[in-house]
Amino acid sequence: MAGKVKWVTDIEKSVLINNFEKRGWIQVAENEDWNFYWMSVQTIRNVFSVETGYRLSDDQIVNHFPNHYELTRKDLMVKNIKRYRKELEKEGSPLAEKDENGKYIYLDFVPVTFMLPADYNLFVEEFRKNPSSTWIMKPCGKAQGKGIFLINKLSQIKKWSRDSKTSSFVSQSSKEAYVISLYINNPLLIGGKKFDLRLYVLVSTYRPLRCYMYKLGFCRFCTVKYTPSTSELDNMFVHLTNVAIQKHGDDYNHIHGGKWTVSNLRLYLESTRGKEVTNKLFDEIHWIIVQSLKAVAPVMNNDKHCFECYGYDIIIDDKLKPWLIEVNASPSLTSSTANDRILKYNLINDTLNIAVPNGEIPDCKWNKSPPKEVLGNYEVLYDEEMAQSDGPDRDLRSRPGQSTGAKGNRAKDSGKPVLTTWK
Amino acid sequence: MLDPDSGLSLTIARIVQRLKGSSLHSQLERQARVSLHKPEIKLESLKEDIKDFLKTSGWEKKLQNAVYSHLSVFPSPCHPAAPPEHMKEPLAYMRKAQGSWEKRILKSLNSMCTELGIPLAQKRPASEQKELLNKWNEMGTDEPDLSLFRPVYAPKDFLEVLMNLRNPNYENGDQPSFRNHLGLIQVPLKVKDIPELKEDFTELGLNIGQLGIDDSAQVPPEFFENEHVRVGQKVLAEQDSAAAQQYVRQGCPTALRADLWALILNISNQPEDILYYEQLKSNVIQHNLLVDSLIYKDVKLTASNDDYYFVFEDYLYQVLLCFSRDTSVLEHFTYSSATPPKSYIRGKLGMEEYAVFYPPNGVIPFHGFSMYVAPLCFLYHEPSKLYQIFREMYVRFFFRLHSISSHPSGIVSLCLLFETLLQTHLPQLFYHLREIGAQPLRISFKWMVRAFSGYLATDQLLLLWDRILGYNSLEILAVLAAAVFAFRAVNLMEVTSLAAAEAVLADLSTLKVMPLLQIFLFATVT
Repeated sequence: MAGKVKWVTDIEKSVLINNFEKRGWIQVAENEDWNFYWMSVQTIRNVFSVETGYRLSDDQIVNHFPNHYELTRKDLMVKNIKRYRKELEKEGSPLAEKDENGKYIYLDFVPVTFMLPADYNLFVEEFRKNPSSTWIMKPCGKAQGKGIFLINKLSQIKKWSRDSKTSSFVSQSSKEAYVISLYINNPLLIGGKKFDLRLYVLVSTYRPLRCYMYKLGFCRFCTVKYTPSTSELDNMFVHLTNVAIQKHGDDYNHIHGGKWTVSNLRLYLESTRGKEVTNKLFDEIHWIIVQSLKAVAPVMNNDKHCFECYGYDIIIDDKLKPWLIEVNASPSLTSSTANDRILKYNLINDTLNIAVPNGEIPDCKWNKSPPKEVLGNYEVLYDEEMAQSDGPDRDLRSRPGQSTGAKGNRAKDSGKPVLTTWK
Repeated sequence: MLDPDSGLSLTIARIVQRLKGSSLHSQLERQARVSLHKPEIKLESLKEDIKDFLKTSGWEKKLQNAVYSHLSVFPSPCHPAAPPEHMKEPLAYMRKAQGSWEKRILKSLNSMCTELGIPLAQKRPASEQKELLNKWNEMGTDEPDLSLFRPVYAPKDFLEVLMNLRNPNYENGDQPSFRNHLGLIQVPLKVKDIPELKEDFTELGLNIGQLGIDDSAQVPPEFFENEHVRVGQKVLAEQDSAAAQQYVRQGCPTALRADLWALILNISNQPEDILYYEQLKSNVIQHNLLVDSLIYKDVKLTASNDDYYFVFEDYLYQVLLCFSRDTSVLEHFTYSSATPPKSYIRGKLGMEEYAVFYPPNGVIPFHGFSMYVAPLCFLYHEPSKLYQIFREMYVRFFFRLHSISSHPSGIVSLCLLFETLLQTHLPQLFYHLREIGAQPLRISFKWMVRAFSGYLATDQLLLLWDRILGYNSLEILAVLAAAVFAFRAVNLMEVTSLAAAEAVLADLSTLKVMPLLQIFLFATVT
């Protein structure tokens, strides 16, 4: 038996520490030898920065990819997805097919988005096409709903740009850059309330891409009734589902925290809308997650010392179409309720079982293909190697790039082949 | 005894009389008249032709469903010489007990009124009406101060009453002996034993396909499921209530449940039903009732804090406030042991001609009442349909869970069935729990009163309610309660206090209902 894993973290969360201790791992200081470092995104920036020149050895693993921001910064994610679509189109891939309105049939899963101030003119052009639309402004580099506001008039954005120029930050550095996205103003409402989905996705390698979907995601509900009326634009409780925001609402409930399990969502949708559309929705959600990862895979620094657990935020509209809103590199490990604590503890447990097999001292050369038994609540979402070894003839029958993992799950879930739905 | 023939004709006469006043009757008449213009209706065979027409156009099926629905709701008639209260409850001591329980509830309600200086009902000022109308869809955001209100009663108060029930004609003897019932319920009622239950619940047998069983040895579950869905679609296409009721005994596929339940309950959400709901809504807007605060309080205390149901808080108000105004609910008091409470117009206390039922539907909500509605929110997202389904579920089933009667689905019989099953089949466990002061019924009572709503995971609860509808009986609740104890028997044998026993049984959300029921009924040696 090899030695014990030595761990460090700069995030003091009990769900992490309990998991490390359960494995009998030994805590060490950051400047000592370590095997496993669960770090914040600030730290990862330093670890991989040119100045520190820190080189990870074969027995060291960290929980982020060096340039995860290609996926987790709102502006870069959109940029990468736009580039990915163009590339597929150039290749003549059937995935890049467009409908009669010029919209991508399979790749239109992010709300129309522009960078500000860079794309201001493009935005104005788009806005004028549909002047009654509402747009949501988000700072690129911030999380948990900070700095977000809604606009529905061009004058508001002009005012914003004036105000931000006259403020003490004169230069338009990338930190102050905003993305502006078309606001999904027809969200699916349940019990009259708006919600979004938080799903956890683990990536163990980008090239070849291997990712896992956590079965126990949840819906986050707004505590206040949703109203698309513009008079409520200022009431962020109506629009934002971030727990960090909702916790400040008067109605925040500390027993359930406004969270509803994905299995509740499935039961509700299947009961009220039918099985086929529900399966289709969940297939599409899996599809957009895989596509977003494929979009960033070529630019990702596929460092073999890295894995990453992402928090995907998805909004479903009233036509049951899922929209990818954003991806978080450091999904909150704070537990708002008892169930939440159990969920997050298990999430970390299952993540570690895949990232650090058997809880032994890591060897980054291992093939990263864990046996089914250790997956826990994860299921294989996409395994590029397996998909390719399946042979080209399968790709012809189904859509290219379809996941073998999802196929396996689907067969188990509904007894139906996946071919009917992933479109 | 009534001879079967005259019993049947009595039943027929009553159903005919009831249907005469219904909208179905006038619709049938209208259809028959319209059909006269059709070429296939001949004068010489008028009667037969119209009958044929009503059959092929689906109206006969609607009539059948209405008759069937009536048969499942109303009890078969008593002997013509029996006084009318026998239809409510044949045993005098039960009627008396229910009466004094009602007096207690009413007294408590009245004293709360006096204490708080709030009238039972009052018209809302116009401004308030407008405000309520505006926030009809978001009543949950309202935070009225309800700290002074308390639920009129909770299940455990009701249990105390049931424990003290005695049959005056039956010598219990104060000395416990082996002949005594060792449980909390001390009235002699006939309850079923396991062989009888097996007979009743044949379709739950080990050799029969079931939704809610993942690992059936008989047929591959997927094969059964696909076939079952296919049959279910056929049942729906036929629009036959009786077939639907038989079908759901093996469980409803999730996607078909809403329609199948509506078919069994004979709810079709016609324009006039929607109109009726809107009328109730405007009654809510116009008048403020004291029970509204009780409903608010109950939802806030229960569903709003529930992991499964908090999402539907607003729907619960929309259903329950309307329910309290719905005078058509009063009809169920003809076959319920309960009697709607009366209140008098101010200054006319005790004058019968000034008496009104209060609340208008005659049902005073208690702690946990909203949990009868909550699971239905998973199935119906139109408030008017949700409302009708709930009302029908209430007048068919749920009222029996909080009134004292000798009916086999009544709460007293359920308690006795539960205790008898445990005492007979798990005597050591029963004795052990009794010895440590943890009478099993003290734990299981709340489960049964709420029909397990709020205790089981929703998917499991719906599978359980499938069987309630399928067998038109609540007895399955007592069987499940006993099965839960059997399932946890090993842990329960180790506890030494009521609190510890409660802790063992605190979380039922991981239980799988159908395997528990099957094992308890069919795989236990009896």
